[in-house]
Amino acid sequence: MVRIFGFLVGAFFTVMLVVSFVIGAYNQVTEPPAATVEHEFLQHPHAISWSFNGPFGKYDKAQLQRGFQVYTEVCSACHSLKHVAFRDLKDLGYEDAEVKAIAKNWKSKISEKNPVTGDVTERAPTPADLVPVVYYAGSGTPPDLSLIAKARHGGADYVHSLLTGYKEQAGYKNEEGKELLKEFPDAKTPSGLYFNPYFANLNLAMPPPLVSDGQVTYGEGNPKPTVDQMSQDVSAFLAWAAEPKMEARKATGFAVVIFLLFGAVLAYLSYQSIWSTKEH
Amino acid sequence: MSFPWAEHYEPKLPLMKWLDERLPLPRFVYNAVGAGYPVPRNLNYFWNFGVLAGLALTIQLVTGIVLAMHYAASAGVAFDSVEHIMRDVNSGWLLRYAHANGASFFFIVVYIHIFRGLYFSSYKAPREMVWLLGVVIFLLMMATAFMGYVLPWGQMSFWGAQVITNLFSAIPLIGDSLHTWLLGGFAPGDAALNRFFSLHYLLPFVIAGVIILHIWALHIPGSSNPTGVEVKGPQDTVPFHPYYTAKDGFGAAVFLLIFAVVVFYAPNYMGHPDNYIPANPLATPALIVPEWYFWPFYAILRAFTVDFSIPFTGIVIIPAKLMGVLAMFSSILLLFFLPWIDTSPVRSGNYRPLFKKFFWLLVIDVLVLGYCGGSHAAEPYLMISQIATAYYFAHFLIILPLISTIEKPLPLPGSITEAVLAKARHTTGTADAVAAE
Amino acid sequence: MATEVQGAEAVGGEGEGVRRRDFINIAAVSFAGVGGIAVLAPLITQMNPSADVLAQATTEVDLSAIQPGQAIKAVFRSQPLFVRHLTPAEIAAADKVDASTLRDPQTLEERTVDGKTQWLVTMGVCTHLGCVPLGAAEGEVRGEFGGYFCPCHGSSYDTAARIRKGPAPKNLQVPKYKYTSETAILVG
Repeated sequence: MVRIFGFLVGAFFTVMLVVSFVIGAYNQVTEPPAATVEHEFLQHPHAISWSFNGPFGKYDKAQLQRGFQVYTEVCSACHSLKHVAFRDLKDLGYEDAEVKAIAKNWKSKISEKNPVTGDVTERAPTPADLVPVVYYAGSGTPPDLSLIAKARHGGADYVHSLLTGYKEQAGYKNEEGKELLKEFPDAKTPSGLYFNPYFANLNLAMPPPLVSDGQVTYGEGNPKPTVDQMSQDVSAFLAWAAEPKMEARKATGFAVVIFLLFGAVLAYLSYQSIWSTKEH
Repeated sequence: MSFPWAEHYEPKLPLMKWLDERLPLPRFVYNAVGAGYPVPRNLNYFWNFGVLAGLALTIQLVTGIVLAMHYAASAGVAFDSVEHIMRDVNSGWLLRYAHANGASFFFIVVYIHIFRGLYFSSYKAPREMVWLLGVVIFLLMMATAFMGYVLPWGQMSFWGAQVITNLFSAIPLIGDSLHTWLLGGFAPGDAALNRFFSLHYLLPFVIAGVIILHIWALHIPGSSNPTGVEVKGPQDTVPFHPYYTAKDGFGAAVFLLIFAVVVFYAPNYMGHPDNYIPANPLATPALIVPEWYFWPFYAILRAFTVDFSIPFTGIVIIPAKLMGVLAMFSSILLLFFLPWIDTSPVRSGNYRPLFKKFFWLLVIDVLVLGYCGGSHAAEPYLMISQIATAYYFAHFLIILPLISTIEKPLPLPGSITEAVLAKARHTTGTADAVAAE
Repeated sequence: MATEVQGAEAVGGEGEGVRRRDFINIAAVSFAGVGGIAVLAPLITQMNPSADVLAQATTEVDLSAIQPGQAIKAVFRSQPLFVRHLTPAEIAAADKVDASTLRDPQTLEERTVDGKTQWLVTMGVCTHLGCVPLGAAEGEVRGEFGGYFCPCHGSSYDTAARIRKGPAPKNLQVPKYKYTSETAILVG
């Protein structure tokens, strides 16, 4: 009884699927979907050997400080970093006094509304505060950068490739040598957007933020602030902003894995000894 | 449990005797997992996965309860509260990653456990109840995991909730009311989030209760074994403690080792980056996908692209979307009927050569479905899903019953001990060592 | 004969083997036990104050705006903090009292920093059952002894915030604080 009903249900689904398949196959053959410009011309981020790559990777504090400087001077005009608190900057190697100064001198203030009168007062941030949200009035919505390194495939590699990846659309060829505007003449970058083959839609609203070497002045003992260097530094900083606990995570992981390896060996030997007299 | 040669619990210490007379918990434990529970001696490592599933559930319960101390289930603050856990709560990052990856590991373990059941026909008499309860546990797990994924209120949380709850509106007549009733609104929002949190906290304890029934039902006939031949006498069994406590201990150590490597070194590998973007009801992600353990079902859902209608008229009897929903639920519900679909008297796939081939085809089929489920609903994945879905239903509903009747199984061993000895002779060639014990 | 000897040897070997086998089992279980206890550590520490709460663990108070005779209410670890600038008359009134006659014997000097007797920093929590006493803000009732008055059950504190009348058992608590400059203190 069950089997007959089951057989009928199975037959029904199978038949409907075969019909779907045949119709789908027919459509695929008669009107194959056209290749899209994104599919043909999207570039994958190139891999950088970050100091924090691998199971023993660590952040380079000097790089993080430079990256923070780039964020402060370039990115924070439009992008928030609202999950990072000023006190977290101690991870970058700053002293308590320096952190206090960074917070106090931050270009935007914390607004507080008096719950009784409704009056809004502003005060300078303290280390306990989160970085104040940036309200961007222009077109487009600059995403918050606290998690950007985890919110995109490719992470820090993607951020760096994006920042340095702006190209001229006219004459742009992909790796196979196909020229974009020849293959897709309708895919011209709309005005107000900028062509960047690393971005999913190929055209994004952010103009290239890092345009010239020396845009940010690095202190003594640091590498030259070329566009590539500034981009790498800010990408590393954003990787830290997304995963401040990465070093603790890897260090704890090492101890736990060694412990469990040893434990597994002991468990195996115990298992063997208990079963040694029993064939199984 | 029902074996007459099982060791009897005899409390020696006065305290234990006192307890045994008033609340026989130690006796209960002794008879369930102690020296008082005889188990076939020939179980292979596939039998470890039940205990590992229990371990995974425990990890989820403990990390979950502790995370709930810091999580805020309100749409405006949920995402921020998760970041608070990751950044500010002591060891919060560890608890969060353990819980998120723990869910994936729970499903890995349960899927292997289910496929063990399929291969060795663990669902056959007298263990049908164990199997039915197991399918119930699986359904509860899916509901729990779905709701849990909504809680961080990222893009995938929101849009996954949107897509899956929209399925309910495909049900004729009551669909739309059911949809708004489930959500407490017209789209996933505060109402949905709060109730999902409440139910997500509740269901794992329901799962724990059903697991108790599941193990109880198992302990009536006792465990099956790789030969599928029932236990005939004391020489076929060993007491659960210390033999299987030791083996399960080793299995647990290996499980925890793999779990630790993922949690500490690749904690976001099985996740989706889009869930680190706060939910935005006005912006749909490029590709909405559930977590990987739902991908095979997602592929089945999307495989139906043609309405079931009367040809040459416009009359639609069952729209494609509804067929997809029905097929997706049927793919799990048919498991309830498995004990009555597969009627071969031989249990173990080791002795069923034809069944064995189709079993491996099923495994490949499910993996293919999984891959398609994680991809865009476009060609060639749609066509592949259609073939794979057709095979899935054909396997259980057409092929298995057929095999049961036409198959010629290999000769079964007379008993478990006979099989074990045969293997020993085959591997070591020393009959004496074996005969001596 | 030979089998008997063999048997004896086997038993002897069994004995040795059992002890060795027991050792590995005990080692494995102990190792697992240590692991189990180690797992407890993060589960317990996660309930300790998180980093953002600890960041609120200290409060800075600027003293420069507080006139003699005035007091302000600040917040320290989510609780009210009273900072009062005592007038010389108030200091004299506090010193006149023989501390040994008080319920909670303390002198004003003991409750303030040397050389800064005019700055009285106390919690704004009544030591009876936790209400917030009146007297810190302008115009609030200061009670019979000119300090603070708790409206819940009538505890009256004097100019050194010591309990003089009413059910409270102890003086208003003086938190740990230090002067970071002449006009600012760091509490906590």
